[in-house]
Amino acid sequence: MDLEYLLQLILNGLFVGSFYGLVALGYSMVYGIIKLLNFAHGDIYMLGAFSGYTLLTIGAGVIGGQASIIVLVVIMLIAMVLTGTIGLILERVAYRPLRSAPRLSVLITAVGASFALEYGIAVSFGPNPRVYPVGLGNESFTIFGARLTYAQLAMMLIAVALMVGLDQIVRRTRSGRAMRAISQDPKACLLMGINVDSVISRTFFVGSALAGAAGVMSGAYYGKIDFLMGFIIGLKAFTAAVIGGIGNLRGAVLGAIVLGLLESFGTAWLGSEWRDVFAFGFLILFLTVRPTGLLGERVTERV
Amino acid sequence: MTAPARIRTGSGEKASWLLEVDAMTVAFGGVTAVDGLTFVVNEGEVLSVIGPNGAGKTSAFNCITGFYKPTGGRVRLDGTDITGMRPARIAAMGVARTFQNLRLFGELSVLDNVRAGMHVRIKQSAFDAILHTPRYHRSEQEATDEANRWLDFVGSRGNRYNEVRNLPYGEQRRVEIARALAREPRMLLLDEPAAGLNHNEKEQLLDLLRRISDLGTAVVLIEHDMGLVMQVSERIVVLNYGKEIADGTPTQIRSNPAVIEAYLGAGDDVEEEAEKIAGLSDDQVFGQGEGEQA
Amino acid sequence: MSTDRTNRPEQPNASATNRTAPDAVDASAFVNAVDNRGDTKVALAGSGLAPGKPRKVSPVSRLISHPWFGLVIVALAVALPFIDSRAYTIRISTDALIFVMLAVGLNIVVGYCGLLDLGYAAFFAIGAYTSGVLTTTFGWPVIATIPCVVVAAVIGGLLIGGPTLRLRSDYLAIVTLGFGEIVRITANNLEFTGGPNGVFGIPDFGDFGLRADIATYWIVTVVVALAVLASARLGRGRLGRAWRFVREDEDAAEAMGIHTYKVKFAAYVTGAIFGGLAGVLFAVHQTAISPPSFNFLYSALILMAVVLGGMGSTPGVVVGAVIIALLPELLRGVENWRYFVFGVLLIVLMIFRPQGIWPHRVGETPAKVRRKPMREDDVEVVP
Ligand SMILES: Nc1ncnc2c1ncn2[C@@H]1O[C@H](COP(=O)(O)OP(=O)(O)OP(=O)(O)O)[C@@H](O)[C@H]1O
Ligand SMILES: [Mg+2]
Repeated sequence: MDLEYLLQLILNGLFVGSFYGLVALGYSMVYGIIKLLNFAHGDIYMLGAFSGYTLLTIGAGVIGGQASIIVLVVIMLIAMVLTGTIGLILERVAYRPLRSAPRLSVLITAVGASFALEYGIAVSFGPNPRVYPVGLGNESFTIFGARLTYAQLAMMLIAVALMVGLDQIVRRTRSGRAMRAISQDPKACLLMGINVDSVISRTFFVGSALAGAAGVMSGAYYGKIDFLMGFIIGLKAFTAAVIGGIGNLRGAVLGAIVLGLLESFGTAWLGSEWRDVFAFGFLILFLTVRPTGLLGERVTERV
Repeated sequence: MTAPARIRTGSGEKASWLLEVDAMTVAFGGVTAVDGLTFVVNEGEVLSVIGPNGAGKTSAFNCITGFYKPTGGRVRLDGTDITGMRPARIAAMGVARTFQNLRLFGELSVLDNVRAGMHVRIKQSAFDAILHTPRYHRSEQEATDEANRWLDFVGSRGNRYNEVRNLPYGEQRRVEIARALAREPRMLLLDEPAAGLNHNEKEQLLDLLRRISDLGTAVVLIEHDMGLVMQVSERIVVLNYGKEIADGTPTQIRSNPAVIEAYLGAGDDVEEEAEKIAGLSDDQVFGQGEGEQA
Repeated sequence: MSTDRTNRPEQPNASATNRTAPDAVDASAFVNAVDNRGDTKVALAGSGLAPGKPRKVSPVSRLISHPWFGLVIVALAVALPFIDSRAYTIRISTDALIFVMLAVGLNIVVGYCGLLDLGYAAFFAIGAYTSGVLTTTFGWPVIATIPCVVVAAVIGGLLIGGPTLRLRSDYLAIVTLGFGEIVRITANNLEFTGGPNGVFGIPDFGDFGLRADIATYWIVTVVVALAVLASARLGRGRLGRAWRFVREDEDAAEAMGIHTYKVKFAAYVTGAIFGGLAGVLFAVHQTAISPPSFNFLYSALILMAVVLGGMGSTPGVVVGAVIIALLPELLRGVENWRYFVFGVLLIVLMIFRPQGIWPHRVGETPAKVRRKPMREDDVEVVP
């Protein structure tokens, strides 16, 4: 295998991994704080894509056919606020009433939420795929013989910026400290006067906003969106979160990169029709061998 | 820990040791919850494990019954090394327990809860259940009769056909003990069985503990109610910060300075605790919950 | 180190939350949840001992739980072709019956044992494909494929259960979801499963001199009736109890000597066999199968039937399955609306009526558990 091809595979893996990473972060954050597997998270990504689509359609006359990165970033920010709000509402309406319910009920609710979001979009936008009204140019450049488009580079940079931003929020702000504290001991937090519910709401908002950003970027990049597009990526993001160690944010990003690379190489080896099988097979394998993930630590559950 | 501690059991001939805990240690991150704990339980004896909150009593139970894997040391049941075995296997070998926080099968009937204890003894295959063979009917009938007998034994009076979570708290405690007894254990571990019970219920518990002991079952009791402990125990093991600080008869423990020290150091209610340990005589009526004693 | 007294066991009633957080005027729902559930890994439906309102058994529930009711339903199902023998009626009735079998199979896993399986259609696919390939490519009679289907389903159950049963239950949910996709995509990619076109020309059991579809219908009716009976009886026996113990509280079950992995495995494998056999019936009934029939949507619909009817309650699940199976026939052309409503319904059900429409009855009828009369001194003869 020649070096250029190898580098190309690595770049492809990193690119896909940055999408997975944005979605996996939300998964992992929510799981870390309230131990909820938010099945609907992938659908928030889909909602992001559709918000972007709607905004672009409305503004199409103004923007013209070829969107600049600046416009796209603005659209993305608005879409992030929209999806963040939807995530927040979802938590309020569907999950909060079930906080003390058995875990099975909560999981089923999450499946219901996923269904409702998917088919809610299918009802309002129609079941057929939609095409993004603007495309990104595909001028590209080569580094060491591997090809990367400017759009890809810009997206990876945006993803990295968002991840670093999140990391800073969680590590440095009061809000972030509250999040970390709650994931350790919610009862103590309450006694310390932390408004637990509002921190959970904020977590949902931030996680959903990141997924929404990924949705807009994938819509702009791939051009086509449909109401089921969140299903597979939700699963992949979960896989990434598990590989990294669920609940661990840096782990989620690491896991996403690992998964992206694995898929990139797996596809080159087995053919793209086996990509998902490869990824999920890896999930099962990983759970067997190291269920706590790369960065997760083993905890003894209290009896 | 001082190694000779294990020989302190006056009557203890090596052959009759039912359970032998040998330098057992378990740590969680920075906390060493149990630190080199060593003690033995004799066949049929009543042993209490006491110590301030967070001393590591429950963790010790969890290690013995297989719920935590000890990070060091060994646990032997009747000479067999059971360290690190699955809880189910240890239970099947004749160790039953209750939990500090009630762990009943809330949505199941009281009878079903007790049937859980006999599960490993019920002779019935899946095919018997599907085909409703005579064996199925026989084994179900036996299980029901036995469950009823154990519920009678613990003095449960609530409705046995409905969900256990609808019973009052004291009754639920009883059902949990009945469930453990239905396992027909050689050793029964009870984690704070008197917690949350009223005076009357505590008296009934004392009686129940004695009757359990009469069945020949060894009882290991974690309890904060000193009155109860002093009355029922043949021997007491005292823990503090995961370490064993004393092992002896109630009389020895009552006058052990290390024990009094531990309780004085641990609580702000100094006097109370000191009195609890030192002041009670064997036949004094127990029942004073924390903070009630003058 | 907690040296305070808040560690004391708590009364399992509502006041407990007030006691533990005296200063928090309006204790967060989340914290209450943590309190109630404890930080133990209380399994799935093991909600600790929340007070719970005594459930009243509605007359309807009592009626449909009665054995006679089952017999009447079976009799009606058998008589259906005499009442209405249109090909359409027979076809949708056969579909509905197969769906009932899937629902009672999934009920073993989700309802009895509390394990959320989101890829149940995978076992359905394994059964259908095993049978389909063996009959068309190798010319076996359908009957002869059944042992192979059972073996394949069991292997599938072990493959998916093995790695995940010792993990938290939520992992199982998502892994089964992935497994469902793996099976479907594999069927789509492989040569011998016919790729995207699938397998066609699957023979039936034989027509016994009857109209072919009616013969199949009757065979399906008998198989499904037996499956429903078997699952109900399994649920009441020793294994069924063990499933419920595991669902309620895995730790407590372990403490009673119940090997929880084995018990969960048993649930998984039994569910897989039910799904596999339903797949055979499906293959025979459809005569052609292809990957899209086994997508996540289908798994979710089966789950919907179980949840709607009442997890753990066989009669409820049967009714739920019939509703979910026949609804599309009544609401043609509004698929997406229907699924949207299903999603919302799942949420609403979980919030307001998690036990489903026809919940499982906990109460044992004293008459059935005949008690030997007992005298006071019987207490002595404890075994
Ligand atoms: N699974 C666990 N993970 C982390 N720490 C634990 C775990 N289980 C126990 N601990 C810690 O170990 C120490 C001993 O706890 P344990 O519950 O054994 O005490 P205890 O003697 O039973 O106290 P109490 O009388 O309050 O019940 C405590 O500091 C506790 O926080
Ligand atoms: Mg304790």
